[in-house]
Amino acid sequence: MSGLQKITLAKGLNMGLRKAMEDDPKVLIMGEDVGKLGGVFRITDGLQKDFGEDRVIDSPLAESGIVGTAVGMALRGYRPVVEIQFDGFVYPAYDQIVCQVAKMTFRSQGKSKMPMVIRIPFGGGIGAVEHHSESPEAQFAHTPGLKVVACSNPVDGYWMIQQAIAHDDPVIFLEPKRQYHADKLELDESATPAPLFTSRVVRTGSDVTVLAYGPTVKTALKAAEAAESEGRSLEVIDLRTLSPLDMAPVFESVRRTGRVVVTHEAHVNLGMGAELSARITEECFYSLEAPVLRVGGFDTPYPPSRIEEEWLPDLDRVMDAVDRSLDY
Amino acid sequence: MSDRPTVGTGTFGPDLVEVFGPSQQDGGPELVQLLTPEGERVHHPEFDHDFSAEELRGFYRDMVLTRRIDTEATALQRHGELGIWAQLLGQEAAQIGAGRALRPQDYVFPTYREHGVAYCRGIDPLNLLGLFRGVDQGSWDPAEKNFGLYTIVIGAQVLHGVGYAMGIQRDGAVGTGDPDRDAAVIAHFGDGASSQGDVNEGFIFAASYNAPVVFFCQNNQWAISEPIERQTRIPLYQRALGFGFPGVRVDGNDVLATYAVTKAALQRARDGQGPTLVEAYTYRMGAHTTTDDPTRYRLSDDVEHWKLKDPIERLRVYLRRNGLVDQAFFDDLDQEAKDLGHHLREGCKALPDPQPLSVFDHVFTETTDELVAQRDGYEAYLASFEGEHA
Ligand SMILES: Cc1ncc(C[n+]2csc(CCOP(=O)(O)OP(=O)(O)O)c2C)c(N)n1
Repeated sequence: MSGLQKITLAKGLNMGLRKAMEDDPKVLIMGEDVGKLGGVFRITDGLQKDFGEDRVIDSPLAESGIVGTAVGMALRGYRPVVEIQFDGFVYPAYDQIVCQVAKMTFRSQGKSKMPMVIRIPFGGGIGAVEHHSESPEAQFAHTPGLKVVACSNPVDGYWMIQQAIAHDDPVIFLEPKRQYHADKLELDESATPAPLFTSRVVRTGSDVTVLAYGPTVKTALKAAEAAESEGRSLEVIDLRTLSPLDMAPVFESVRRTGRVVVTHEAHVNLGMGAELSARITEECFYSLEAPVLRVGGFDTPYPPSRIEEEWLPDLDRVMDAVDRSLDY
Repeated sequence: MSDRPTVGTGTFGPDLVEVFGPSQQDGGPELVQLLTPEGERVHHPEFDHDFSAEELRGFYRDMVLTRRIDTEATALQRHGELGIWAQLLGQEAAQIGAGRALRPQDYVFPTYREHGVAYCRGIDPLNLLGLFRGVDQGSWDPAEKNFGLYTIVIGAQVLHGVGYAMGIQRDGAVGTGDPDRDAAVIAHFGDGASSQGDVNEGFIFAASYNAPVVFFCQNNQWAISEPIERQTRIPLYQRALGFGFPGVRVDGNDVLATYAVTKAALQRARDGQGPTLVEAYTYRMGAHTTTDDPTRYRLSDDVEHWKLKDPIERLRVYLRRNGLVDQAFFDDLDQEAKDLGHHLREGCKALPDPQPLSVFDHVFTETTDELVAQRDGYEAYLASFEGEHA
């Protein structure tokens, strides 16, 4: 096979996991159905066949058990990569994540490390039943001791998963599930990737800065395209890292545009948008021409799937916010 | 036998669902015992052991010193030197029996009360005080002592123990027959913790993967004010059966039996035969912690009853009766305990408060620019007060 191939996000993650397992025999994968089935989204497809049941571990159906045993594995010197089957099922493991995974390094004054990745397929738009479309990122980003990243495209998926696994701190790794099998991108495996905890300008523009991550990056890019036909220039930043936040490119952009729209699928109240807005206001107050506006999920439980398209921030709602911003 | 009603008839035989009362029961016919409360040596068909005089004196010394750690720490709390202390009075045998059964390569996942086990792992008892004084969250290196940091969330560490045991398996350090290589994990928890999901999930994972782990439950009859009946309708050790591995109830006030049973369970694990649940049947003589008031819920009769089963006293009787000790032994030990007390009293007061900026030091292995900025800001803020009170 040649150096370049077009891959989906699912494929990128799968290839990234495979590479990480080849590079380091201490890397283990654990979760429900990750073995023979390859995970319900097939992200771990074929890995158990090649690396064996001791390294790709089908676990009992117990999320706290999965994360809690991964803590023990990490203490023994392994690098567990845990798959949570769907976002809404991470809550049984919430205690282990926020009280154990996040605090072990601090508690031990750096003597115990937690090099663990917790992969969570997140977000909606796949027509699923309850608990399969949640966006819990703010809960983890609000937890000291965790690092939280979200990939948005196949190439990032390939690199970011490897970087997260090689990292010595625990990483909550969010994967926009509706993108898994969506768009293909060309992957150059010999390229040098951007560092893990950095955001990236994915489209340059001069009128309004649109901040997005995970599934809303695509929405933001579509909005930028639509805006262009109306003679408006949107700059889109894919945050990629939610904790820590990489604000330098954001501040730089906001100082040029003076206007910001943040968009995420998660509920707006106390979400990532609130944090971004606060930081931008603190740092760029005199550059702002309009208040930072947020476009996100409403502060309701995730709705039944027949109305999820209305609930989720879409191109029109982003455009509406852009209009409002420009009207100030 | 309990005078409480038995529940269920027919297919649910009374032997399976009998409700035990804390005060009436003696641990039941299944209780493994090698030394009676009266200090009589008894034998057990499965779990016997030849103890040398040296070993027996060692157990006694360990229990006396462990009790001393506990009483000193309790006193330090009363003097305001510790914010709180989790007492172990009455549980010395359970902890020393388990702690001494370990090999150096075994790994311990403790609760917040395993002071005797910590002592067996060679941790300076002074290091146990930091958490309760509020200067650190445990200052020993878990990897160096093979003794994890204390865990406050009930039962959480049981899963860590199972995961660690799965790591031991993957390292090929189980069932090789090499006594210096084969390793096991012991995960401690209380009777209250046995109700937690994490403990039960730990059982399931361990059973499913045949992990080399010993679940060591100190059933001290109480979870703060909640009696054992609030946690279970069957003797706890019998739960193991439902998960598919053996459970043993041992007299937790009998250091010899606890040692023998734990040693056998650890060996099973090291040999690759999987998990065991050991229920050390004991009693919390002290309060749950120094902030607890057991007179609100516990009968003084019970305490009196259990005083007669004191783990230290019974071994003392045995040692004396069999001429295994002389007065010099007790005098020396007395002095050693006094010195330990002095070490704890003086050392505790000298434990330095952490520097305010140290809070930023180990949030991550690789810190973040955000945290560095917060730290710098706070440092500058603190510096702005310098000279103010000159
Ligand atoms: C998850 C959780 N819930 C509640 C508490 C508060 N708490 C601390 S100790 C304790 C009782 C524990 O009893 P048991 O497991 O029997 O252990 P013991 O302290 O008696 O040794 C409780 C409720 C806690 N630490 N963690």
